[in-house]
Amino acid sequence: MLIKKPSDIKSSEITPKEIYLHRRKFLLGVTGWTATVALGLMASRSVSAAGNGDSRAKLEGMRKSPLSTDEPLNSYKQITTYNNFYELGTEKDSPARNAKYLVTRPWTVAVEGEVKRPKVYDIDAFMKLSPPEERIYRLRCVEAWSMVIPWVGFPLSALIKQAEPTSNAKYVEFTTLYDPKRMPGQRRAVLDWPYVEGLRMDEAMHPLTILAVGLYGEILPAQNGAPLRLVVPWKYGFKSIKSIVRIRFVAKQPLTAWVKSASHEYGFYSNVNPEVDHPRWSQARERRIGELFKRKTLMFNGYADQVANLYQGMDLKINF
Amino acid sequence: MKYRIGIKAAVFLACLIPFGQLVFDAVTDNLGVNPVETVTRATGSWTLLLLLVTLGVTPLRKIAGWHWLIKLRRMLGLFAFFYACLHFTTYIWIDQFFDLQEISKDIIKRPFITAGFMSFVLLIPLALTSTNAMIRRLGKRWQKLHRLVYLTAVGGVVHFLWLVKADIRRPSLYGAALAALLAYRLFAYLQARVGAREARRGVLVSSRQGQGFQRPRPPGERTIPVASPETLG
Repeated sequence: MLIKKPSDIKSSEITPKEIYLHRRKFLLGVTGWTATVALGLMASRSVSAAGNGDSRAKLEGMRKSPLSTDEPLNSYKQITTYNNFYELGTEKDSPARNAKYLVTRPWTVAVEGEVKRPKVYDIDAFMKLSPPEERIYRLRCVEAWSMVIPWVGFPLSALIKQAEPTSNAKYVEFTTLYDPKRMPGQRRAVLDWPYVEGLRMDEAMHPLTILAVGLYGEILPAQNGAPLRLVVPWKYGFKSIKSIVRIRFVAKQPLTAWVKSASHEYGFYSNVNPEVDHPRWSQARERRIGELFKRKTLMFNGYADQVANLYQGMDLKINF
Repeated sequence: MKYRIGIKAAVFLACLIPFGQLVFDAVTDNLGVNPVETVTRATGSWTLLLLLVTLGVTPLRKIAGWHWLIKLRRMLGLFAFFYACLHFTTYIWIDQFFDLQEISKDIIKRPFITAGFMSFVLLIPLALTSTNAMIRRLGKRWQKLHRLVYLTAVGGVVHFLWLVKADIRRPSLYGAALAALLAYRLFAYLQARVGAREARRGVLVSSRQGQGFQRPRPPGERTIPVASPETLG
């Protein structure tokens, strides 16, 4: 496996100044003396902060990771205002606008199925399962755009080891919250709610696969899948399911939301693959958000050295 | 007469608002996180909307009796073409960067692009023959040629419908509007045929007047002379 050097770019050097200053304002607020004024400013300035008062709180004790890319990051604004999260609306800007509805406390995560130690975790306990790491990953959407995002999270393997799956567990199935009150997009049957995703056990155990709880060193905003989401950087973005409430270990390949919706367009694996086009558009190139012209898409989104061995002997045109 | 010139000027300016908005947003860096997508979507939506408005002129004239609307139809159609050109340019320039091989592959392989491209190509002869001189020159063939606009509009809605992943609400709205506009024409056509048959049999048809549609007319008789620049302008 190729272990890359940790990024030497601090997020503070890349974060747009406006947001950086904004964060300071927030910290000033929590340290005491102009709390109300600062929070008021935040609420009026930032859509992303709406609804969850603590959504811009810092995550403590975050470590860097050698698995991070050193490419320039997309800005906090880009990452939090251009989202595909149909539970909060189908336009790119609707998740940020509807973020206020997605209240993330109380929140529980059920770990169940073919495991020796099933458990229902409270989200705050769940977040302490493993020390947080910063993982700067490329994200490639099936719609042919991409970003570079500094996630905070921990390897999914850490949870799997705790849960002790039985020998029957061949796949992991993830389910998003179903609650049309908190997820107004679920009031329309755009997809068969709740959203379901899945990974093969070896994909789930892979060190690149993480459960993310933060972004830019802070608590994950609702529109990015708070309080807990999957991030699988070598697969199209829709595999990285958001706002998870259930993680179930199963024997059979889960029927995922997009496969259910259009099985000829979306496969279970959905690995980023410039050779295999989506039936309706080419996957050969992508637009990196912030750039005008498109760039070439890389096999497995540039993670081929780390993950290609998982698919040895498989015809990726059939198993798309 | 004067106020009609005023209306025409107002509609002209109104049709430029979306373009002005895009230019303003581009200059002030307000096109959002994915500006190319914003421009593509806006120009595509305005093309479709203006096509539907253009197709709405005839029914509105006949149902509401606003015959002066005909004076705006050519301009509305040309604005639809204007936004279609912007839409197409964004695609071949920014999206594909004039990669003719990729573009032709796209047109052949991607049904939604095939539909959109067909619609765009069909609009070109309509725009080229929109001048008074061409209307005079083509005579009766002009109207036949310009029925291509129905195909263009259907292609445009299909282009949008085939593009979206799951939420078909917006393309369905355009589709419903187009279906209503085309249904009106089909109904008017059938009624005219029935009327013509009845007229031949000597049935009194005047009782049908004032029921929303034109009194059925025998073939050859039309409310608007086909090739008069006066009424088509």
